[in-house]
Formats: sequence, structure tokens, C-alpha cells
Amino acid sequence: MGMTMTQKILAAAAGLSEVKAGQLIEAKLDLVLGNDITSPVAIHEMDKFTTDEVFHKDKIALVMDHFVPNKDIKSAQHCKCVREFACKHDITNFFDVGEMGIEHALLPEKGLTVAGDVIIGADSHTCTYGALGAFSTGVGSTDMAAGMATGKAWFKVPSAIKFNLVGKPSKWVSGKDVILHIIGMIGVDGALYKSMEFVGEGIKNLSMDDRFTIANMAIEAGGKNGIFPVDELAESYMKEHSARSYKIYQADEDAEYDEEYTIDLSSLKPTVAFPHLPENTKTVDQAGEVKIDQVVIGSCTNGRLDDLRIAAEVLKDKKVAKGIRCIVIPATQQIYLQAMEEGLLKIFIESGAIVSTPTCGPCLGGYMGILAEGERCISTTNRNFVGRMGHVESEIYLASPAVAAASAITGKISAPEE
Amino acid sequence: MKASGTVFKYGDNVDTDVIIPARYLNSSDPKELATHCMEDIDKEFVNQVKPGDLIVADKNFGCGSSREHAPIAIKAAGVSCVIAETFARIFYRNAINIGLPIIECPEAAKGIAQGDEVEVDFDSGVITNKTKGTKFQGQAFPEFMQKIIKSEGLINYINQKQ
Repeated sequence: MGMTMTQKILAAAAGLSEVKAGQLIEAKLDLVLGNDITSPVAIHEMDKFTTDEVFHKDKIALVMDHFVPNKDIKSAQHCKCVREFACKHDITNFFDVGEMGIEHALLPEKGLTVAGDVIIGADSHTCTYGALGAFSTGVGSTDMAAGMATGKAWFKVPSAIKFNLVGKPSKWVSGKDVILHIIGMIGVDGALYKSMEFVGEGIKNLSMDDRFTIANMAIEAGGKNGIFPVDELAESYMKEHSARSYKIYQADEDAEYDEEYTIDLSSLKPTVAFPHLPENTKTVDQAGEVKIDQVVIGSCTNGRLDDLRIAAEVLKDKKVAKGIRCIVIPATQQIYLQAMEEGLLKIFIESGAIVSTPTCGPCLGGYMGILAEGERCISTTNRNFVGRMGHVESEIYLASPAVAAASAITGKISAPEE
Repeated sequence: MKASGTVFKYGDNVDTDVIIPARYLNSSDPKELATHCMEDIDKEFVNQVKPGDLIVADKNFGCGSSREHAPIAIKAAGVSCVIAETFARIFYRNAINIGLPIIECPEAAKGIAQGDEVEVDFDSGVITNKTKGTKFQGQAFPEFMQKIIKSEGLINYINQKQ
């Protein structure tokens, strides 16, 4: 029986010629990731090991991105703990203020994630790197600690759902709309424990940034990973960003899938997820009159250059509505710089938005845009759970950068063409 | 090994943001985390929970963030076992890795209500609802995961292997 793309990568990393869904394996890791929230717990766990060494100082990435620049004394203590650990073990890829970015935008940009890799990260959105044809998945801090010490992790080989993408999306439809549509269709546990394998001729119509967004939110359908085949666009991205060699895996033609869906990208409309689950989707034309208080454009889901470009296109020569706070967060220093050179930051600031240094801040209700009781935010982030961005009586609406920017202008959830 | 206590019952998709809100993630101290456990979904939980009590939930318990702080907070609050129809996969891993017993059992999730007295036998996977006098067969862990749980977590298991 054939293997899926994910199964082939896992088989190779486990040193096996074949694996089957449900099989428990131990796989070699190419990268172990942690951030300023999850790494301190992992570092504490590391103390329990009989060995004090990390498996490879180049294959660990520690990114200070959730609560930095530090929001309070406790978060500063956490970053200090990670900084000292990175220094002690001479960790090559330690990214602190000045070099940091939001981890899942930063690591591909730094060339640390390439096709064929097996990557674990103590952050649920680690599944992002599937856009480049890597197997990557979120884990907790103990798995991260074990990964840092041994360079290995145990996995239950997942079965897969195949998403056949066909057609070309219209002007205002982005990767975010594709993945929100899929989550709306299969639910927040629709891919529980499974791989989401994206295939089809429609993929050529999706930019790398669109693909990162789609793979990023696989976890919001419960998926173990999301993965794309490696095409010319993905190869040119890796060649531009990474000196590492990569390996391209393809699903066998007789690979088995639990379910198969075909999605015509040309039929999709801009989509919004209503509170309090990413599966509560409506197309923007069905959203009705939803007034908002705040707009967030950023995060590991939608803080990349394409996202800022489309938001700027919508906001150019327009004003953010009176009383609306519009917060734009470029995901990395490189994206920030490029957005500045392209004049995007000027457009944001002239429109009445603010532009922040990279941070996960508001997405998880950390800081930089916390909501009060009864307030509503339209956000390009990935979760709209109860209390995620602040007060338990606040509301989050998930959308693309184009919809978020259009809504900033009108003060209510709006389609970009309005 | 057995667990026994009173049940706190929740519905579908209990996410890690309500189990332990991110505003408290500037701490990694289990005791401190436990004082905010379930705060955004059930303010009374921390006042009422006693050592040994159980959480029972419906589908996709622990969805969302990978924060290990979520099972840590539940364990430190004194909860002896979480039973659910299904678990989100990162939470599932994390619970095993830190030694918080969890059991998938759709029938038990349906047949147990808030406040019921429940006993779980981890060796047999049998869940007994003492209040209603009913029994359910929970899914047993694969041998590999049993070893991790018996070693009281992944790190000890790896240490023992080496």
C-alpha cells in the first residue's frame, strides 16, 4: 500500500522503508523550536535529564516573540532564563529583540526550514512549515525538552485527508479565506490527529505567503500537520532563503486517504469566522451589520509581506474610521524593513493605523491590543476563542488582511470591494 | 492504580485558552497556574475542586495552543484524571508527557454528569459512575504510552532507557 507525503517523510526520519497510519515511530529531528512562553518550561524539564548537553546547537531555534519587548517583570524573567540557556549551550539560532520575528514567519525567512525536514516546535502553529514540504508539528514543552536533549521524538503515524485545490482565486480571496472555508466545512476537530495534504493544479495560483497561512491554520482543524507538494515556487523560495539542501517527497499514487475534498478556489468568497470558534464561518457578504472597535493585522498567520501589501492597497488614501484602533504588526524585522522601503508603513500611518515591532502580543491576549468587556475586534490572527484577546465578554472575528483593512475604514465588517 | 472523585463536566472544544488564559502565562509555576485553572469557563472550579476530582468533557478537549501549562494547571489543581469523547492531539501528548492520566471514552462522556462520583481503574480502563451505578470501558493506552505514564513522564522514561 502506498504512503502519503507525510508518511514518506516520517518513514525516512525513522529509518524505515515503510510506515502505516497508527504505527508508533521514533524519528530524527532536523529542528526543535521554542518561544519565550514554552521554552522556560522545557529548560526546567531539561534539568531532570541525566545528561546536560543539547543534541545539536545548530538544530535548536529559540525565538523570543510572544511577550517581547517584555511586557512585565515575569515575562522578562522568562526571556532571561532562555537567554542564559542559549548562551550556556551556545545555541546558534537564538533570536532576541532586534533579530527576532514571529517564529513561524522568521524561521522560513532565515532558511531554517526546508522540504523533507522533520520539525517539532513548542508552539501549536509549528505546522506552518508544511508550506515548504516539511513535516512540522506543534508539541508541548516536555517534548521540546526531550527533542533538545536527544534529537528525536515519538510520533503516531497519521492518516490523512486530501484537499484537491483547483481553479484560481479571485482578486480579494487569499490563503486565509481558503483555510477558513476548509475549517468551516470540516470543523475544528475535522482533521483531528490527521495530516491535511493539499494537492492540485490550483496550488500554482497560491503565493508562498498564502500557503504559509493555509498550513499555519491546519491546527485549527485539529490537524497534526498541513503539507503542500514542492513546486518551482517553493524551490525558488528555499534557494533564495536557505543554503541547506532539501529533499522533495511525493505521495504515492496509491496512497490511502480517509477523506478527499475538491475545492474550487474560483468559487470562494472572502470569509470571516465569527465568535467563538474558527469553524463559525460566513462569507463576508453574509456577515450582516457587525460594528467593531479594533482591527489587528499581523501574527504568524497573516503578518507577512503579501498580507501587508494587500492591507496597504485597501487603506491607501483612506482613513481608519473614527473610534477604531487599527494595529498593524509586521511579523519580522525583514518584513518591517521591506514594508518601509515599499512605502507600506507610510500608508498605514497616514491612514490612522499604528505599526508595531514584531510580536505575537494581541493574538493571544498578551498585550498590545487587549479588548475590554463587550468590545469586538476583526483580526487576521488564528483563534477567536472566548477571552483569547482579552475580556471573556469580548469578541474576535477572524478574517484576511483585505477584509480587516476594509473593516477598519468602515468601522464594521466589510468586503474589500466596498 | 485508581482515581476517584467528583466530576466537573464540560462540553465540546474546551480550549487551552480557557483552561489557562494567556494573561497568566508569564508564570510557569504549577501552583500559581492552578489558581487560574478553568477561570474563563468556570469561575467556581478553583474554589470547589478537591484532590482526586475528575474532569469529564465532550469532543476535542484541550484544542488550541500547545501550552503545556494547560495540563500542568489541571494536574496541580488536584485533578486525578480527564475523561473526554476526544482530545486535541497536542493536549493528549502533553498530558501523557507530564503524567496526567487521560482517557478517551465517548460513552462515559455522555453517561457522566456534573457532580457525579466516578472511579477510574487505569489498569483495566474501566470507568465506574458510582452515582448512577453504570460502568464504561475506556480505551487502554498502547504499551509504549503506559511505560511513559508509569515512569511518571517522558523525561524519566528517556532517562531510564539510557
